Amino acid sequence: MANMAQAIRMALHYGEENLGVQEIFGEDVGPPLGGVFTATQGLRTTWNSPLDERGIIGAAMGLAFAGVRPVAEIQFCDYIYNTIDLLKLAGNACWSTNGDWNVPMTVMTPVGSGIRGSLYHSHSFDATATHIPGWKIVMPSNPLDAYGLLISCMKDENPTMYLKPKALLRVKGDEAIPGEPPLTAEGEKQLRDMIDAPLGDRTKWKPKWPKLADFIVPIGKAKTVRTGSELTIVSYGRTLPLCAMAADQLLKEGRSVEVIDLRTLWPYDWEALSESIRKTGRVIFVNEETEVTNFGEHLIRRTVDELFYELEARPRLLAGKFTPGVGLADTLEMATQPQLPNIVEMAREVLAERA
Amino acid sequence: MKKSSLTKLDPKLLAQIHDLMVRARALEERMIRMYKQNEGYFWLGGPGEEAFNVPLGLQINKGQGLEHEFLHLHYRSSAILLGMGMEPMDALRQMKNTATDPFSGGRNFVNHYSIRKWNVVPVTSTIETQYATAIGTGLAQRKSRRPDCKGITIVNGGDAGTAEGEFASSLVWSTRPGEELPILFIVTHNAWGISTAAATQHGEKHIADRARAFGMPAVTINGTDVEESWAAIEEGMKYVREERKPYFIESKVSRLYGHSSASGANRAESEKDPLPEFEAKLEKAGVLTRKEMDEIRERYEVEMREKAAKVKTEPMPDPSSIYDFTYYKQRGKYF
Repeated sequence: MANMAQAIRMALHYGEENLGVQEIFGEDVGPPLGGVFTATQGLRTTWNSPLDERGIIGAAMGLAFAGVRPVAEIQFCDYIYNTIDLLKLAGNACWSTNGDWNVPMTVMTPVGSGIRGSLYHSHSFDATATHIPGWKIVMPSNPLDAYGLLISCMKDENPTMYLKPKALLRVKGDEAIPGEPPLTAEGEKQLRDMIDAPLGDRTKWKPKWPKLADFIVPIGKAKTVRTGSELTIVSYGRTLPLCAMAADQLLKEGRSVEVIDLRTLWPYDWEALSESIRKTGRVIFVNEETEVTNFGEHLIRRTVDELFYELEARPRLLAGKFTPGVGLADTLEMATQPQLPNIVEMAREVLAERA
Repeated sequence: MKKSSLTKLDPKLLAQIHDLMVRARALEERMIRMYKQNEGYFWLGGPGEEAFNVPLGLQINKGQGLEHEFLHLHYRSSAILLGMGMEPMDALRQMKNTATDPFSGGRNFVNHYSIRKWNVVPVTSTIETQYATAIGTGLAQRKSRRPDCKGITIVNGGDAGTAEGEFASSLVWSTRPGEELPILFIVTHNAWGISTAAATQHGEKHIADRARAFGMPAVTINGTDVEESWAAIEEGMKYVREERKPYFIESKVSRLYGHSSASGANRAESEKDPLPEFEAKLEKAGVLTRKEMDEIRERYEVEMREKAAKVKTEPMPDPSSIYDFTYYKQRGKYF
């Protein structure tokens, strides 16, 4: 019963042992900390970089040019913005050279709200990330997908951006990662004892990795997590479990809501989305990025362009408020970012609307 | 051809350097003409840097993979590439943005090279980002990971760009204790950033002083002098290759045709031209006669004129190809 941080750690271990990953680095990624969310503890090839995001992305690009598949971390996506031109260069290297070079590198970065992180630990990055062509952008919402998506990223021949929903990093999964101990309380403790670094002195500690297996979540494949017929809700990351909870709540009211976990933001699974929207005629896109020039707005545009005459109601977006930041106080964060009651309320509105 | 009394370099090598310098100059001047004749949208390049760049190109261990040099170049590097053996026709193709342009298929500006088989990573228009990506190939070649690796990383850029953060990043990352990187740093200092004089922007006496602060050997040289350039590059490469640590060369060069076509691409008479100075030395040393050098110049001017005429007949990129290679090996619209 791994949590998402443990799932990421196990995927990286699988990557350095089986996929040719030779450099996993970033600020506080290596010992003794192993990442501010512990997602890189105990790994063989981790190291601590200078506190320099542009250096980190540039270094990852160079390592990728050299054929050394790197996984680099930007400690919080709030600090990735000063690397934008390097991210653009990584994204355009193959295109600008007419296919001569490719840049197989993975950048991981925690995103979103949920930890009362105030202005600079609550940002989202999906609107900006999906606006940089040449990258593949993924975001898991559960530990098994976290494992399978990261393995897909490390195998990919292109730059991949792995967005970690920080609010879900301690959430345990209910689907087994191939090789992890049984999904029981005892198995959970066993995994903890095997791969979680102890508190205090860690200089002599070494992890005991479970025998992990290859498992991929294909990039570009969404997952239907609730099947329904009256409304489609599309989400990813932190808000995905909330959407599933909203569907469960509405089911008790007799309403049938389909929930799709997009999982890959770019290139996304339009086939799955369009099939579901055609079926239900109603759609809400939910994410926690600020609502203006939001990625969900693109999805609404495409929905209108291609499915307009099949819609039963206006397609809607539920996203973060367009404020300069997420305020620290609980009341401010809750009012700024989509929460369960907001999703249920908007779902009821859309279900009640008549075209 | 007799042994020069003025130089330590072999006369055959001197003649080869001269030949390549003239060829590089003829190439750049032909590309400027193409711009002025509306046979290309934009020009920027490196006339005035040949005395440094040709010796650099000739000393590079070219090839693909970690055992060869990785090159993170800026957009004034045509003479380096010619020194390595690039076909000038290919540069002319990029100038004309034809489908046959092997560096970008008509997608990028001239002098934006990409040659994977020689470890030439994509040249970018963004200033100084090449110093950040150089960290990565340096990391791949570093001693702690590959003790027996002989390949090194070479990065070059201009003086104005050293104000960018990536320059500082590369100095920090390449000198981490125990993790030093085998990088030959080059700054070709032409004393200009587009229209802004270096003297108005640099408080440091020499840009090389910034490298010295990180404990790396650093020299400031006259990059318009072939022999001085050759010796500095030779020494720098030897140090980096053997010590697996960084070395810094600040090379004072000229900018003979301004920043780019945006400022007219007209000859700046106040700038020192390295070519006649070198030719005078060669003539005095008996390496080449004036007549021989005039014939070389004529030969390359004809070559570039004929090649430029041929390039004009080559096809433009297919509009349907705009999505190709957004991803590796991908063709056509993918979403």
